[in-house]
Amino acid sequence: MRKPSLLAGLRTLVAALAVVLTTLAAAPALAVAPDEVLGDPVLEQRARDLSAELRCMVCQNQSIDDSDAPLAKDLRVLVRERLVAGDSDAQVIDFLVERYGEFVLLKPRFSWNTVILWSLAPLVLLGGGIVLALAARRRARDTALRAEEAGTAPGTRLDPGEQAELDRILGADAER
Amino acid sequence: MIIELGHFALILAFVLALVQCVVPVWGAVSGDRRLMAVAPPVAGMQFLLVGIAFAALSHAYVTSDFSVLNVVENSHSAKPDLYKITGVWGNHEGSLLLWVLILALFGALVAAFGRNIPADLRAATLGVQGWVTAAFLLFMLATSNPFLRVSPAPMEGNDLNPILQDVGLAIHPPLLYIGYVGFSIVFSFAIAALLLGRVDAAWARWVRPWTLLAWMFLTLGIAMGSYWAYYELGWGGYWFWDPVENASFMPWLAGTALLHSAIVMEKRGALKVWTVLLAILTFSLSLLGTFLVRSGVLTSVHAFATDPLRGTFILGILVAFIGGSLALYAWRAPLLKQGGLFAPVSREGALVLNNLLLTVAAVSVLVGTLYPLALEALTDEKISVGPPFFNLTFGPLMVPLLIAMPFGPLLAWKRGDLAAVSQRLYAVLGLALAATLVTAWAQGTEKILAALGVGLAAWVICGAVAEILSRARFRDVGLSTGLSRLYGLPGSAWGTALGHAGIGITLLGIVAVSAFEEEKVLTIRPGESVEIGDYRLAFGGLARRTGPNYIDDVGHFDIYRGGAKVAEADPAKRLYTARRMPTTEAGIVTFGLSQIYVSIGEVHADGGADIRLYHKPLVTLIWLGCLVMGGGAVVSLFDRRLRVGAPKPARRQLAAAE
Repeated sequence: MRKPSLLAGLRTLVAALAVVLTTLAAAPALAVAPDEVLGDPVLEQRARDLSAELRCMVCQNQSIDDSDAPLAKDLRVLVRERLVAGDSDAQVIDFLVERYGEFVLLKPRFSWNTVILWSLAPLVLLGGGIVLALAARRRARDTALRAEEAGTAPGTRLDPGEQAELDRILGADAER
Repeated sequence: MIIELGHFALILAFVLALVQCVVPVWGAVSGDRRLMAVAPPVAGMQFLLVGIAFAALSHAYVTSDFSVLNVVENSHSAKPDLYKITGVWGNHEGSLLLWVLILALFGALVAAFGRNIPADLRAATLGVQGWVTAAFLLFMLATSNPFLRVSPAPMEGNDLNPILQDVGLAIHPPLLYIGYVGFSIVFSFAIAALLLGRVDAAWARWVRPWTLLAWMFLTLGIAMGSYWAYYELGWGGYWFWDPVENASFMPWLAGTALLHSAIVMEKRGALKVWTVLLAILTFSLSLLGTFLVRSGVLTSVHAFATDPLRGTFILGILVAFIGGSLALYAWRAPLLKQGGLFAPVSREGALVLNNLLLTVAAVSVLVGTLYPLALEALTDEKISVGPPFFNLTFGPLMVPLLIAMPFGPLLAWKRGDLAAVSQRLYAVLGLALAATLVTAWAQGTEKILAALGVGLAAWVICGAVAEILSRARFRDVGLSTGLSRLYGLPGSAWGTALGHAGIGITLLGIVAVSAFEEEKVLTIRPGESVEIGDYRLAFGGLARRTGPNYIDDVGHFDIYRGGAKVAEADPAKRLYTARRMPTTEAGIVTFGLSQIYVSIGEVHADGGADIRLYHKPLVTLIWLGCLVMGGGAVVSLFDRRLRVGAPKPARRQLAAAE
């Protein structure tokens, strides 16, 4: 049985790649002005990452990192002030949500009023998967039933050699 | 006078659309050939009339006729000629007119080139197309008439939104509209099939080229929009998960799924019921997109209208069409017979997986786009759903899709052998791993995730190449026969390979620019220079330049590489005088597949300027990949099977007689 380990490996790969794509797709873009940039590159990077998740509230669907609006600038400066003061990322976010409400977050937190938002796609995926699995089982049963009616039910099965030969012919045929 | 002619033509088109709604459908259902024969000439005439209306409005724009309200609001006599023409669809009323023009165009195309389609199916299809056209013409005439006059006529217009004054406006909306309005004809085919209670493999054969055509234009339209945003908005982003972008992306996802399920239906007669549903959903998403953009529920650059009457009217159209078609589907779909058994591991199975993942991806974009609107409408609570949300929900769905992609075309129909296919993909896997390792080695291990991304892109691209090569069967037949086999492969095979390779190329561009981009934000003074990547940019200072309807502050940069001057860039800060609105004109220089991108921010009194400077490696691949996908669609459209069309009914009668 090589299958389970292969599957597990695949799953890890998928999980790893999922992380890649999600981190990657958050392309850095900036409206940061030179006078805002912090001297400490680590702190500056944290500020940039946080800014990409915060909405410029007077703009149309822009993060404060992308926006040229004065409010976005104020928020960028504020984020940097908090970071310099020693706040953690979570503390900065909490501070801003306290001050401006959930609206400031571009990625809403999971709560009772965002349950559907977060769970709809996974539920559809799960539901679709179940429907497909059931359909495949029903089809397999139908095929078995038909085979039985046609007198090719188990008992009159081909032996492995014959089956291999048949698969070879069918396989070559299907490729064409 | 010309304006009144255009207005009158639009009213006549509406009346004809009403005829088209009723007569051919009645004929198709009752089997009356004379009634069915009404459809093609009416559809052709309707296109002509809407075309006249469109020409009339264009004439008003080109001659700057400020007695027309629409022209006053969106044009200016000093505007360059190109933008006087593109300005026709750079506003709510005009863009709707373009929408209806394309709707009528597709009706006329089916009337003209649909001779091999059975008369009843064609009549019913054109009839349903008439329903959509009539609804939108009524919407235009009642709430969004571009032909209204204003008296007294002002001396000058208000000019067009500066962001829209770009070649992008000449190309992006027409491509995009041909794409997502093109899905209307597929929708009409699906509804017609439900009305007639007949969906067969031949139906899929007629539907697939139309889907392909619409999909191709939508792909190119989205790519063009993305590049436009990239160079116009001044910070080098190419995709923002803006609701308006999502509005065009959702039909693309559903349309891509449709393209694949139609293959199963055509080749194997399976997935009929699902394909019909997808055809309905794809156009429903197009309608939803139109509602989002045109009703003004979103406030973004694209939403020009904020009139509640319009919103309600479009919502009515939306509910009537989506609700009506889904009800019809629920009623008639059980009549359609399912066919074509297949094992879970098979080409069909792979295409079903593709459909599942693409559909869920469309759902994740849909919920992210609509949820904040719905929540605010119901509870007055405001939340934001932006890029971080979509990256987290949409991204993970694409990974299994891309991993599975090379397997699909290699699997046999009905029952595939995963182990055998995996064996044939060993070389591809090897190349993908090599790409990953080389990237990790060159860029350092802290960018290991990016290296995996590069590997995934290589997997997809090499997988597409491997599929074509394996179809030529070089190993079995030798080089020369293999080459001639390669040449003789059906267009659809090349279409698949190009389409898949295009996705891989786009992915490679996205990964490269996201992970390996360099950026600098600084204040630069004349005579100073700055280094980025292998390049050095020397700032020559700012100069003022006056355009036809704007003033530019142009910065001049000489770009050096290894001591030699290789290029120049002239980014500008532009002020449109009519609306006093500033824009940024980025300076972009392409080196191979990569770009240097520089834009100007604040200008200082001492002649210095704040600049944002980027080196974007392989960034052009993002859009080149889309071109490759579009090329795949073109090649596939030239497939002999689609050109020749389905067998004629006459032959079927002959066979029955024998």
